[in-house]
Amino acid sequence: MDRQKGRKAFIALCVSPAVILFTIFMVIPTFNVFKMSLYKWGGYSANKTFVGLKNFETLFKDMKFMQAFQNTILLIVLVSIITFALALIFAGILSREKIKGQNFFRVVFYIPNILSVVIISAIFSAIYDANNGMLNSLLSLFRGAGKEPIYWLGDQKIVIFSLAAAMIWQAIGYYMVMYMASMASIPESLYECANLEGASRIKQFFSITIPLIWTNIRTTLTFFIISSINLSFLFVKAMTSGGPDGSTEVFLSYMYKQAYTNSSYGYGMAIGVVVFLFSFALSAIVNAVTKRELLEF
Amino acid sequence: MKKKRDSSEILFKVFVYVALITLAITIVVPVAWVFMASIKQNSEFYGSPWTLPQGFYFQNFVDAWGKARMGEYMLNSVITTALALGLLLVVALPAAYVLSRFKFKSRKFINILFMGGLFINVNYIVVPIFLMFVDGDKLLKSLGLSGIFLNNIFVLAVVYAATALPFTIYLLSGYFATLPKAYEEAAYIDGAGYGKTMIKVIFPMAKPSIITVILFNFLSFWNEYIIAMTLLADPKGGKTLPVGLMNLMKAQNAAAQYGQMYAGLVLVMLPTLILYICVQKKLTQGMTLGGLKG
Repeated sequence: MDRQKGRKAFIALCVSPAVILFTIFMVIPTFNVFKMSLYKWGGYSANKTFVGLKNFETLFKDMKFMQAFQNTILLIVLVSIITFALALIFAGILSREKIKGQNFFRVVFYIPNILSVVIISAIFSAIYDANNGMLNSLLSLFRGAGKEPIYWLGDQKIVIFSLAAAMIWQAIGYYMVMYMASMASIPESLYECANLEGASRIKQFFSITIPLIWTNIRTTLTFFIISSINLSFLFVKAMTSGGPDGSTEVFLSYMYKQAYTNSSYGYGMAIGVVVFLFSFALSAIVNAVTKRELLEF
Repeated sequence: MKKKRDSSEILFKVFVYVALITLAITIVVPVAWVFMASIKQNSEFYGSPWTLPQGFYFQNFVDAWGKARMGEYMLNSVITTALALGLLLVVALPAAYVLSRFKFKSRKFINILFMGGLFINVNYIVVPIFLMFVDGDKLLKSLGLSGIFLNNIFVLAVVYAATALPFTIYLLSGYFATLPKAYEEAAYIDGAGYGKTMIKVIFPMAKPSIITVILFNFLSFWNEYIIAMTLLADPKGGKTLPVGLMNLMKAQNAAAQYGQMYAGLVLVMLPTLILYICVQKKLTQGMTLGGLKG
């Protein structure tokens, strides 16, 4: 009986600090996001008026939000597809081919992932600088000197692609390492067999490697969506602040802007709710579309 | 026939190496460039970015450390990261252990709660957290005390630890669940209590997972800046390194203190790079073992 009591006390003692911290700093704030989205609230004043779904109505007529929506979708699609393709190809090369310095490449490709987004933004600002930037000075070798510089971060048509390039640069190594790990568990005998049958490398890649790491690929697709939404915010915040003229505004940077700079917290949180639901819906759709019968080995 | 196959083989190998080396260059060159830029004098930043530094201009680091307050920010970052890691381990280890090894009524509910937490990104909830602290400070002030929640690196550390809980508990529980029950049974027979068994028997065995947890969370705490920027709002007050660096970047456009800024970059980057090179095997293994952090 005493032992039973001690057991209960031990469980409570171990679990409750975590549950309390988690509740205060994650559950309640999440709940508040949803609650505040129904209020019109300036933040510092105690004046909260319940407005129901009015914030959401305003939101869908807000052209700036629509622009942020478009930018985010463009970034999700571009960054996901290119990162996915490159990470898969490099993972395939590094785990299937006999490469000199294989370990060196693996180590180097992962480096961007350990750097702070602030640092990556600073690096890319130096690369994209119109006058003394690395990219323009390299390009001037081909275009000839004295031409008008390209404004990588100043031209409204280009800037979103500059941003996407930085995000891809950051993400490739991470996904590559993930794909390599699941490729390592594919039995060698399958490839030996395919070699005897005379299947080419590319054929092997598409009919052995990809089907057998499909579960892993599906998981990463969800990751792509969620992390593109989050990382695009981090990059925008450190690199462009949404400019020039809103052409790199994304979901969460717009939310942050409304909540802080504009002090309309209720409206900002309504954006948060929409983004949250959107990312869930998109992940669910992608998950359903990519469902295949699982191959086992 | 054989010959044709050989030449296409060579072509393929060439293509593979070109691709690998290109990607490696796009990563190594910009990073190395920052190190080079950090020892250049200001006047050297006009003109081609590819010129080598004329000498080792150490003054950049002195300025960054003192004038730009990077030294102070570095100390803040070290304290915040260390505190957050310590608190996280103290809270998460027992919780993960109990949640994975003990059967009790609310276990399932709590597990689902933490799993759900994996989907909540701090970027969404940083605003309500900030407002919660604003209210807290107001309350303290109305009681005649001074506010303690905002602009406090200790509070920041608590927030870091709390928001890292779901991922950490998920990763640790996964490991604890694989251990055979026999270890605990043996310890109980020898007369050890629950607490002693956990600390003396189980935790030492979990060392590899604990190291993975420390590595990942170190990187995310050290590099984080959205929460830090929001909660350390006072423009003259203390900051963490990434936030200070961001201010330096914004100021750099006006004052053209390039050297100083790149020296600041090196100060933020160096600890993570050194750590990475020492433990890169563990880090990439840990990533695949614990799964996944988006």
